[in-house]
Amino acid sequence: MQLARVLGEVVSTVKDANLTGMKLLVLQPITPAGDAAGRTLVALDSVGAGAGERVFFVRGREAAFPFYPAEPPADATVIGIVDHWDYRER
Amino acid sequence: MQIARVVGTVVATQKNRKLEGAKLLLVQPLTLDEQPKGPALLAIDSVGAGVGEKVLLVIEGKAAGDALGKKAAAVDAAIIGIIDAVEITA
Repeated sequence: MQLARVLGEVVSTVKDANLTGMKLLVLQPITPAGDAAGRTLVALDSVGAGAGERVFFVRGREAAFPFYPAEPPADATVIGIVDHWDYRER
Repeated sequence: MQIARVVGTVVATQKNRKLEGAKLLLVQPLTLDEQPKGPALLAIDSVGAGVGEKVLLVIEGKAAGDALGKKAAAVDAAIIGIIDAVEITA
């Protein structure tokens, strides 16, 4: 799992039937210090996250698990909204 | 998932049996400001996308197989949606 900031949403009308009703979030992965870390990506939302929030997400086949028994074709899903985290650079 | 643009089509008569009937497109992953990001790749299309359209691309084997509707298909990327808009608000 990885920390990220939600930048916005993707709007798509014509899409895979298993994605119907799902929210697509644009994420910027971040370091624990809050800096951007790597490429932006699009992830499914399983927790009701929105733009500006700090979240964490899972990559890979496991990205479909929060929607079980549905099997959306996903490679990344937001699985938590972060209230706060503590981090001290060592 | 990645945001990508369809930049071409691929025709292959002789191919793995699991790929029969699959539509293959050449896609170029994009950054949020629509610049090419990395090499173009081949993806199967399950939503009827065409050249020039902006699409949602999943790069994960299980998800791509789900989009194709076949178990254990030798695919690792699929187009799962046509993008109407990307709304960056944070």
